[in-house]
Amino acid sequence: MKLSGWSLIRFYTIMVYVFMFAPIVVVMALSFNPKQFGCFPMSGFSLKWYAELATDSAILNAFKNSMLLGACTSVVSTTIGILAAMAFVRFDFPGKNTINTLLLAPIMIPEVILGVALLIFLRWLQQPKSFALLVIGHVVLTLPYVLLIVQARLVGIKREYEEAAQSLGANPLQTFKEITFPLLAPAILGGVLFSFTISLDDITATLFWATAQNQTLPVKIFGMLRNSISPEINALGTIMVILTVAIPLAAGYLIRRFSTRAL
Amino acid sequence: MQNKLWKPFALLTPALSAVFFLLVIPIGFIVVYSFWLRSPTGADIAAFQFGNYAKFFADSFYPSILLRTIRVSLETVLLCLVMGYIPAYFLSHSKTKNKGLLMLLIMLPFWISFIIRTMSWINILGDTGLINHLLIKVHLLSRPLGMLYNEASVLMGLLQYLLPFMILNIYVSLEGIDKSLLDAARSMGCTEWQAFKEVTLPLSLPGLSAGCLLVFVLTAGTYLPPMILGGPGNQMIANLIFARVIGTLDWPFGSAISVVLLTLLVIIVWTYNRYLGIAQIFKVLQ
Repeated sequence: MKLSGWSLIRFYTIMVYVFMFAPIVVVMALSFNPKQFGCFPMSGFSLKWYAELATDSAILNAFKNSMLLGACTSVVSTTIGILAAMAFVRFDFPGKNTINTLLLAPIMIPEVILGVALLIFLRWLQQPKSFALLVIGHVVLTLPYVLLIVQARLVGIKREYEEAAQSLGANPLQTFKEITFPLLAPAILGGVLFSFTISLDDITATLFWATAQNQTLPVKIFGMLRNSISPEINALGTIMVILTVAIPLAAGYLIRRFSTRAL
Repeated sequence: MQNKLWKPFALLTPALSAVFFLLVIPIGFIVVYSFWLRSPTGADIAAFQFGNYAKFFADSFYPSILLRTIRVSLETVLLCLVMGYIPAYFLSHSKTKNKGLLMLLIMLPFWISFIIRTMSWINILGDTGLINHLLIKVHLLSRPLGMLYNEASVLMGLLQYLLPFMILNIYVSLEGIDKSLLDAARSMGCTEWQAFKEVTLPLSLPGLSAGCLLVFVLTAGTYLPPMILGGPGNQMIANLIFARVIGTLDWPFGSAISVVLLTLLVIIVWTYNRYLGIAQIFKVLQ
């Protein structure tokens, strides 16, 4: 009786996993289908659509935009996030909880509202949509997540380590180079990669901010969907999945290696 | 102490100014704009009038979209609960060696772009998609069954987007339960089911309700699944905002609809916080 109940639970769980991943697996499978329309049945295996992508200048441009945007966002967001996280971890000050909640608030605000809000502000300032708007917007989107990740990592860095180094005769620069930075590195890496992937993936708010010149990869996919579901979209989707899944996995691995080496 | 106070605030200044100037003030602008007028030429005229709100509630068209948004969000919450509780329970009680992998798989969807997850359903439900292809192949169907562009297909997209949030919230709650309480219940003669009903389920309620809130808020503010997987009759309030702001460039009316959505969500989050406390949500994110 007990066993059959548990196997039902296990079967149910497997079905939920299938539900979550079958669509993605199908996207990946169809991207190798040489047929003209992105549909079943599969009529062979070909990299034709990937070759097609590589020669599409609009897609290459979107790829370049996404990479540049991700890089700018992650540098700005992680810098701001680490400074703020230091304040929370190292100091006690009045209003600490309120400020923490305020900084995490963007998570609870729908991206649609965020998208409209920044656009209206820009309109009031009489500025056109630009690449800078995308960077600013993505910093707001990613900051709370960076803050959460970095804060969780920073808690482990004790003041005592630095004090010990200094009492042993290290000057402030040496202390930073030998103690603080190696301990901070996993937090920095985590923040950078996290914000990079969020930026690379975002569509809901980005669709409000992007222009024809500043398309990112998800915006490009959205535009392509308007015409028809072509195998090219599946190929582009597959590349994005591989990119955004591989990056955090590599990050997780690197962080673990860094942390064990540092401590 | 007093002279050291500037230090944390110096560190916080960039983050606080980012949130203040790029979030608080812009959202204030939405509220201000919602009272403005739109001239026939399309220019915005500063004003203080309730015309945009009156327009929203003038006939049943816009309120019915608001009600649909609430209904679809509740349906999503319910489906996420039904589909999410058992996997969360499995993850927290299973002794399988693959638990790390299974947890990783729950996190994985967060790393896959929303647009890809949404459009992937076209390959499953479309006329030439997987299900129709298989059913025709085994001769259960002679013509493809139209499964896209209705509320069910929108719900599929929403579920795939939100299920991981629900599973994680419930999982964290279940992991926090002291397992010796279960042993105690069992040793006092409870059946497995009674122990679950009397101990596990009540103690998992905080995570469960946090998951429900998160799923509701995220569903109510999304426009992508209705836009890509739905038909004209499945549009939600965020689609309305998108159409007004990006499509017709009607900023004042678009702002008013945004304020309506924001008010709905604030009421729900405030009520939730008043009775249940919001801290649980951030616990999971960490």
